[in-house]
Amino acid sequence: MEMERQETYDIMAVCLLAGKIMLQSGAETYRVEDTMMRIAASFGAHQSHPYVTPTGILFSVEGNEPTKTKLIRIIERTTDLEKVASVNGISRKISAGEYTIEEAYKELKKISESGSPYSLWVHVLAAAISSGCFLIMFQGSWGDFFPAFVTGGLGFLSLLYFHQLVPIKFFSEFSASLLIGLQALFFVSTGIGGELDKIIIGSVMPLVPGLLITNAVRDLMAGHLISGLAKGADAFLTAFAIGAGIAVTFSFF
Amino acid sequence: MTIIEQLLTSFIASAAFVIIFNGPKRSLFHCGLVGMVGWIFYFLLEANGVDMVLATVIAAFSIAIASQYFAKKYKTPVIIYSVAGIIPLVPGGIAYNAMRNFVQNDYNLAINLAAKAFMISGSIAIGLVFSEVINQIIRKSKLKTIVNKSQ
Repeated sequence: MEMERQETYDIMAVCLLAGKIMLQSGAETYRVEDTMMRIAASFGAHQSHPYVTPTGILFSVEGNEPTKTKLIRIIERTTDLEKVASVNGISRKISAGEYTIEEAYKELKKISESGSPYSLWVHVLAAAISSGCFLIMFQGSWGDFFPAFVTGGLGFLSLLYFHQLVPIKFFSEFSASLLIGLQALFFVSTGIGGELDKIIIGSVMPLVPGLLITNAVRDLMAGHLISGLAKGADAFLTAFAIGAGIAVTFSFF
Repeated sequence: MTIIEQLLTSFIASAAFVIIFNGPKRSLFHCGLVGMVGWIFYFLLEANGVDMVLATVIAAFSIAIASQYFAKKYKTPVIIYSVAGIIPLVPGGIAYNAMRNFVQNDYNLAINLAAKAFMISGSIAIGLVFSEVINQIIRKSKLKTIVNKSQ
């Protein structure tokens, strides 16, 4: 009896850790729930109910004894697709019976503690390059490529910096987009850049909450109403912060 | 010439976005391809006078098909590919213009643009979901034929 109870708790710990990593890394709600149920089922807990929202996971497992329920809070959410893919791979291996509960927990712990596969400067460079490319995609001229490259890269770097300084998303996004607006204004007024609008749109793209918006609508359509609305609110807040930052720049001239 | 330029920049932009989102290194190339396919559909349709919303739905649909193909082939979550693909379609430019008009007190035009941005983000989601539904229908109907055969 005692053994069985302990095992149920162990299964729950593995499921919750997997769910937590996935949710924090930006996976869709249905994927988190599905993965947790699959892991539980392959360890022998066939009756489980995960309830996933962007800010917390409730998980209960039914067995012979009274139902056990656990809750964990999710505070920080980022986008880390590598982790989503790794947890997905581990869940596949668990389903195939390749891991015991303990091994699975150790593997998941390793993923949760691993850092980003790219260094900070690779991130900034990627943001800079994508800003330049977006400028061309939105029919900008090649002469504006360099201003957008610099503005986008510095804008993204400042987003990371401000977020470290004050861990409030709205503030860091607002400051970063304000900085982008000012840089674009500087480039245009010195004659290095041509079209102000195109430069700003291109450089703002790395901040745009594209993943959040689509995840929000998909969650809503899949029936996860609370997650959908919460993610929609998150996306709206980000869009508003970016817009407000740019708007302040426009009020300068 | 414009087409080549668009193909190249959309490929690079989508792949760079996957780096920003910490995507797995081995899927960078495929993500770039997915983004390129989606953007070129959108670009060509829009250049030929198709309505923006419809062009977005078709582009999102093609992105979802390509993503599902890669996801199945490389056993990775479909979201990695679809995110890379939809980023170029996100109506950043329109939302920006809406905001700009709000600030310049031209509310009529601003609301107009904001509604358009909302429509386009909705149509991205519809394109993705629609293709997922079709995929599920195909999978289920295949399952049925297998079940029927085994009986």
